[in-house]
Amino acid sequence: MNSRNWITIALLLLLAAVPPLAAWLDQPFYLDLLRRVMIFAIAAISLNLILGYGGMVSFGHAAYLGIGAYAVGVLGYYGIYNGWLQWGVAIGASALVALAIGSVSVRTSGIYFIMITLAFTQMLYYLGISIEEYGGDDGMRLKVRSQFSGLIDLNDPTAFYYLVLVLLALTLLLVHRLVNSRFGLALQAARSNEARTRAIGLAPYPYRLAAFTIAGAICGLAGALLVNHTAYLTPDFMNWTRSGELMFMVILGGIATASGPLLGAAAFLLLEDLLQGWSVLPKWVTEHWQLYLGVILVLAVLYAKRGLAGLLPGKNE
Amino acid sequence: MNKPLLETRRLRKNFGALVATDTVDFSVHAGETHAVIGPNGAGKTTFIKQLSGELRPDAGQIHFAGEDITRLAWPKRSHRGLARSFQITSIYRDFSALDNVALAVQAHAGHSFRFWHPARADEALTGPAFQFLRQVNLHERANTLAAELSHGEQRQLEIAMVLATRPRLMLLDEPVAGMGTDESQRMIEFLGSLRGNTTMVLVEHDMDAVFTLADRISVLVYGRIIATGTPAEIRANAEVRAAYLGEDL
Repeated sequence: MNSRNWITIALLLLLAAVPPLAAWLDQPFYLDLLRRVMIFAIAAISLNLILGYGGMVSFGHAAYLGIGAYAVGVLGYYGIYNGWLQWGVAIGASALVALAIGSVSVRTSGIYFIMITLAFTQMLYYLGISIEEYGGDDGMRLKVRSQFSGLIDLNDPTAFYYLVLVLLALTLLLVHRLVNSRFGLALQAARSNEARTRAIGLAPYPYRLAAFTIAGAICGLAGALLVNHTAYLTPDFMNWTRSGELMFMVILGGIATASGPLLGAAAFLLLEDLLQGWSVLPKWVTEHWQLYLGVILVLAVLYAKRGLAGLLPGKNE
Repeated sequence: MNKPLLETRRLRKNFGALVATDTVDFSVHAGETHAVIGPNGAGKTTFIKQLSGELRPDAGQIHFAGEDITRLAWPKRSHRGLARSFQITSIYRDFSALDNVALAVQAHAGHSFRFWHPARADEALTGPAFQFLRQVNLHERANTLAAELSHGEQRQLEIAMVLATRPRLMLLDEPVAGMGTDESQRMIEFLGSLRGNTTMVLVEHDMDAVFTLADRISVLVYGRIIATGTPAEIRANAEVRAAYLGEDL
């Protein structure tokens, strides 16, 4: 195990210490904030699988956040609160849609791939807006959070927090195993040198499509978590700006690194929160927080070329 | 003589008005080293690309080991035993030398839908990969990033990757291009050591390499083969001398 893996584990341990700390400080808000960070980290890790390791710059990854969220929201709307079923549908439907979108878009590359993934996600976004039954543009409230046969109560912030943490750890482990397996090496080979990969007898398409599908499925789970987190469902989950934010988290954290997406999600969301609400900051900052966030992000990309993970000690993967 | 291992029949490729491959009949027998020479722009690389499967010919056929492979996709030809090195070195620059060769081994060890076990700890891949690195004398650099190898070492690495696919026929596109005198001498010796055990199509500008290694030579000019024969026959051919405009053959 190299030093980079230890950093990821240290980050997870740090996250595990947050609930008692928040309780001790009497600041339950941090629990909420970091749960949100971890949910977006799961989504960013799934995007990193295709963007970082696969070299497929998807500008439509928020689609699967939306599908996962709608699976939970719509089933709940019809009185089905069973979490096993809801989350199973969230993952399965996301995988199926990713397989369908991927089977078309993975044949393209470069700018065409970016545009085609964006176009498919916009289609889903406008579909969400157009269905009045599920609140259309406004979205709808999640009346009841997913229920897991009494095993875990998502209304308990601490229990929900630890569930997200465990799922984050499992996602990190899964993607770590994937990218170092034969499958992961074939995927990275196709990114590194496509002509050479064909010449040695590997056709990249099936591996890329499989990675695209797996990434969609994992992000669908993040969507199911997100809708339970906000207890509100809106088509905005699938907005193209959301896809852009996920890309930013991956790039800011360090593409094709294990801990990068987690660091990126944390940096992005914590900065956003800090600039918006930190009372120490003057009003001219908090009122135009997006501007200052933009400046920080531009500097980060310019001066940390391998992302935040690249600043950490240890060998690059 | 037996049926050739590789044969093209009236192969033709146009790029607009330019005829890059003009009705080429070409054959390679098992165990033979067949060099393709010709002036710049003669269509040598275009010809190789059609053999490897990167380009589809407009007309004509390619037969390999008794099978018509004219329409067969590039990766599938690799599995039939056709391997290719590139004029401009083509390796995985961000992987170690060992990873590069292990990937070539992996590509020929069944499908890669294996999601869980670490491939770098898989003796079935790294064992043979290390042997192929040793064969090209690069084993001491196994864990070096490919991008950090010297130009000559990168060419050696590419040859190791070609060997790792256990080819029946190797298509080598200028294997000594850009090498220093010593390096290219060593590469020629190495390729010479493979002669007889393997079949090679060698595209090369370096006449030393061609006349040392080739059993037969075909001369390509403006997409047409103007002569095929033993090195001695080619040296004596008046048309070839004219094509090279007095260059020393």
